Amino acid sequence: MENKGTLYTVTVFSENRVGLLNQISIIFTRRKLNIESLSVSPSSIKGVHKFTITTYTDHETVDKLVKQIEKRIDVLKSFYYTDDEIVYQEVALYKVPTVQLLDERNVETIIRKHNARILEVTREYTVIEKTGHDNETEALFEELKQYDIRQFVRSGRVAVTKSPEEYVTMYIEERAKQKEEAEKQWTKTNASNL
Amino acid sequence: MDNYISGSEALIRSLIGEGVDTIFGYPGGAIIPVFDRLYDYKAQLRNILVRHEQGAVHAAQGYARISGRTGVVVVTSGPAATNVITGLGDAMMDSTPLVVITGQVGSSLLGSDAFQEIDVIGITQPVTKWSYQIRSAEDLKWAVPRAFYIASTGRPGPVVLDFAQNAQNEKIEWTGYKKCHFVRSYDPYPAIDETTIDKAADMINKAERPLIVAGHGVEISGAEKELVALAEKTGIPVITTLLGLSTISSKHPLFKGMIGMHGNIAANIAVGKCDLLFAIGMRFDNRVTGDVSCFAKNAKVIHADVDSSEFGKIIKPDCAIHGDAKPILEKLLSKVSENTYEGWLESFVADEKLEVEKIIKPELEPKENLTMGVVARKVAEAAGEGAVLVTDVGQNQMQSARYFLYSHPRSIITSGGLGTMGFGLPAAIGAKIGAPERTVCFFTGDGGIQMTVEELGVILEYNVNIKIIILNNNFLGMVRQWQDLFYNKRFSSTALVNPNFVMLANAYGIPAEDVESKDELDDAIARMLAHDGAYVLNININPEELVYPMSAAGAPLDEILLSRDERYQK
Ligand SMILES: Cc1ncc(C[n+]2csc(CCOP(=O)(O)OP(=O)(O)O)c2C)c(N)n1
Ligand SMILES: [Mg+2]
Repeated sequence: MENKGTLYTVTVFSENRVGLLNQISIIFTRRKLNIESLSVSPSSIKGVHKFTITTYTDHETVDKLVKQIEKRIDVLKSFYYTDDEIVYQEVALYKVPTVQLLDERNVETIIRKHNARILEVTREYTVIEKTGHDNETEALFEELKQYDIRQFVRSGRVAVTKSPEEYVTMYIEERAKQKEEAEKQWTKTNASNL
Repeated sequence: MDNYISGSEALIRSLIGEGVDTIFGYPGGAIIPVFDRLYDYKAQLRNILVRHEQGAVHAAQGYARISGRTGVVVVTSGPAATNVITGLGDAMMDSTPLVVITGQVGSSLLGSDAFQEIDVIGITQPVTKWSYQIRSAEDLKWAVPRAFYIASTGRPGPVVLDFAQNAQNEKIEWTGYKKCHFVRSYDPYPAIDETTIDKAADMINKAERPLIVAGHGVEISGAEKELVALAEKTGIPVITTLLGLSTISSKHPLFKGMIGMHGNIAANIAVGKCDLLFAIGMRFDNRVTGDVSCFAKNAKVIHADVDSSEFGKIIKPDCAIHGDAKPILEKLLSKVSENTYEGWLESFVADEKLEVEKIIKPELEPKENLTMGVVARKVAEAAGEGAVLVTDVGQNQMQSARYFLYSHPRSIITSGGLGTMGFGLPAAIGAKIGAPERTVCFFTGDGGIQMTVEELGVILEYNVNIKIIILNNNFLGMVRQWQDLFYNKRFSSTALVNPNFVMLANAYGIPAEDVESKDELDDAIARMLAHDGAYVLNININPEELVYPMSAAGAPLDEILLSRDERYQK
């Protein structure tokens, strides 16, 4: 079997601009990298969007990839991490026929064991939710399989770093200062041109 | 006074506010409002009406590369927008500042497959530095200044503004043009890390066989003087990439030639021998490096570039200096020691002699047929200092680049990264328009000129005085060369049945002559240069002529073919 490489989590902080997802995804495509999961959301900083993307590759490739992403004009910063550098989660939803739960006492035990929870029960179906790492949501899938999973979906990974430094915040503060300086410089040279 | 103006008028006032006086354009349905407003601004902003939108972009590229100013293109939607793609790709590869404005259907029609609607942003994103769709006239105030700022700063590149028709007609309040000088997510000139300067200076001072490779970045940064100053102070020999050829005078004693597939022997051999390679403003294209695993294998590498994504993309540097070439060279200059490298420079001589004897002499003193090299050299000599070489792509490109003489900065305009046939004619026109005082010598092939030959109409209309030298071998010569060397002489689809180029030129009012033999050459060149206006020489070249030396694609740079059956002995 082909060596898939290491799973890297790539985070991208960008201005909130139409078309960025396309710009970022074509950088993966050009390097023949498959996006395993993707999630986009606002970040803790107002107006800044955060993309969290996972991909299997090697260190050299992901390093180059992130530089190419950062090169896009509307991207503020991009980083990559291995699993040990981040706290991450995914959410999975499983839809099973409710009869299965009524007939099989075992399902309840499985749900308890996996620390999953039931989101909704109707006469026809029950939706179970499990938050965890992909091996955990997969493990639950394996166990529930025999009870006729009608639908299954797993979200993209979301992640925060373990590092105490908030690099993006620092960067944005730094740039705000630079903007002030640039503006001062600008008025000065313009004034001398008059 | 009415402060409310249409988006079209705002665009034109913005261009004027940005200092633009010339655009290259072609009208159409989705951009008519802009051309309509242009009618009133003819005195301040002239449109060069090209004959094909690809020509508009290449002309703007020639204009930008000779002048350092941003080239501006204005075209309509749909087919016009797809026609600009090649030029955008070329400008992206060769870091050329362009702002390309495409018309677009009205916002309400977007996504409906309206007449001449095409997803311009989607198509252009991979070949532009930035692209943005202007859907309301208000957007202009923000997007146009930003487009110019992004296109022209840092590592320059093409920017597309896709201008929806409703936004062209909408009225907005106008309070004057405000240039952009800051984009939060984009830092074109990051502060240079002094420790990298110290480290590089130390590496330079300690090296025994150092070599400088100068690229297009030196030209873009306007750092030619600083480059030469550094070379002269340290005594380090300089080689250049194709696009960097005019960053140092061809006659400078420390200039040791061009690197790459058809580079000079001494230059390519030196890359393998040097113990320090200082690469500045270049990106290690595979036509430059050959087999990367053998490239500069005895050397530590200093890589200086304004684009940090180039560090380690191909070659891992031992020291990376992130920043603009000019301040980098200035900073280094004060930290490097004066030196001479007699022994190291002496080692170039044998290879230089070998190239003169085996390749240059036969090229410059052909026995029977004219060669591309002798034509290029004679034109360069006759045109004198300050002449500019513009080339198309193929053998004509390599030979004219090799044998032309460069005395001034910004003297070579050629499609390097994309290798776009058809680039030359419009680029030469744009170059002449961008620098009317310079003599523009355009060398092309019989194949390439036909790719954008319609632009002869621009010469006719605007009296553009460029000297056109068709190196006519009746073949797609460079492809034929590969077929000759690597495909058993199976000349598949490379022979051309050509038109009468003299008649073709005459049809556009351009005087032209055929040059068949050696003894006609000097006089023909003299007539061409003396003529006050464009002139065409259609020069008969033997199709058997191949470009040497040659390091085959993917082979180590120092495995050099001197002729069909002779290799350089390492
Ligand atoms: C648009 C485009 N199509 C095809 C090529 C491939 N190509 C490279 S050189 C060449 C031959 C060029 O022939 P010509 O213009 O006669 O120049 P010569 O090599 O004979 O001097 C071709 C076809 C290219 N570089 N660009
Ligand atoms: Mg030819």
